[in-house]
Amino acid sequence: MTGLWAVLITTFLASAVEAIEMVTIVVGVGATRGWRSTLIGAASGFGVLAVVVVVLGAALSQVPIGPLRLIVGALLLTFGLQWFRKGIMRVAARGLAGIGGQDPHEAAEWTGPGMDWTAWFLAFKGVVLEGLEVAFIVVTFGAGANQLAAAVVGGVGAIIVVGGIGLALHQTVRRIPRSLLQLIVGILLSTFGTFWAIEGLGIDWPGGDAAIPVLLLLYVATALTYITLERNRALGLRPAA
Amino acid sequence: MPPPFSWIVAVARFLYDFIVGDDWTVAAAIVIGLILSAILNVNHIAAWWLIPVIVVVMLGVSLRRASRRLP
Repeated sequence: MTGLWAVLITTFLASAVEAIEMVTIVVGVGATRGWRSTLIGAASGFGVLAVVVVVLGAALSQVPIGPLRLIVGALLLTFGLQWFRKGIMRVAARGLAGIGGQDPHEAAEWTGPGMDWTAWFLAFKGVVLEGLEVAFIVVTFGAGANQLAAAVVGGVGAIIVVGGIGLALHQTVRRIPRSLLQLIVGILLSTFGTFWAIEGLGIDWPGGDAAIPVLLLLYVATALTYITLERNRALGLRPAA
Repeated sequence: MPPPFSWIVAVARFLYDFIVGDDWTVAAAIVIGLILSAILNVNHIAAWWLIPVIVVVMLGVSLRRASRRLP
């Protein structure tokens, strides 16, 4: 019984870390680009994940996740940097309120009738990569301790709990000005993208997962510095000689 | 353009916008940074710092270029 609870709690906590990354991407992209395509992308990701888990089962732990981390990380990083840069420019130019969230050249939220493939792709990648990592955790802990059912409950429970928290927070996220939201999501995508791409190359981060908040702080400090510089430049201010 | 070709063009355009966007130098710097990181790692030299440095530097370069283009 003790072993069952140990496996359940361990898989829940380990999976919760991955689920937080998954839900952060889905909520951030949904709030910025619109929910319909984002949720369809997330659902597609879960569909692919379910097929992979059912087909591979316990053999899942043999799948090399490094190349997947590298590809997904590099794509998230290159895309995240575009929003990071645009977010800095918009916040520097318009402050936190933005110009009513409207930009005739670069509308942040998809307003077309069809699918927003950018939102779909971002949500799909986030769910597939993080979902696979949860599946690896479940298979590794569950098979190792011969408590696969408890590990599955822990992994799925973590996704449901963290997903529920994300759902509860999404109204709050919608109140954030669009220019600031684009900057925040750009920073988050760049943070996860940097972390995963480097991990995918087989390079160890100092401190493991603890490197994520450090990267986040570095990128937030970078954003604040560049916003200040851009504002000073727009106002015609020059640093003192 | 007939459907199979128009789909290929649409997918290529989407991927270009998604990966490269409006400043190709940032995407190119990330790719070069990842290649350099892999080379450093193979030679047992710590490489985790390289991409964050490239991100910080290239953001500054790209922002400066973009603000010069503004009227």
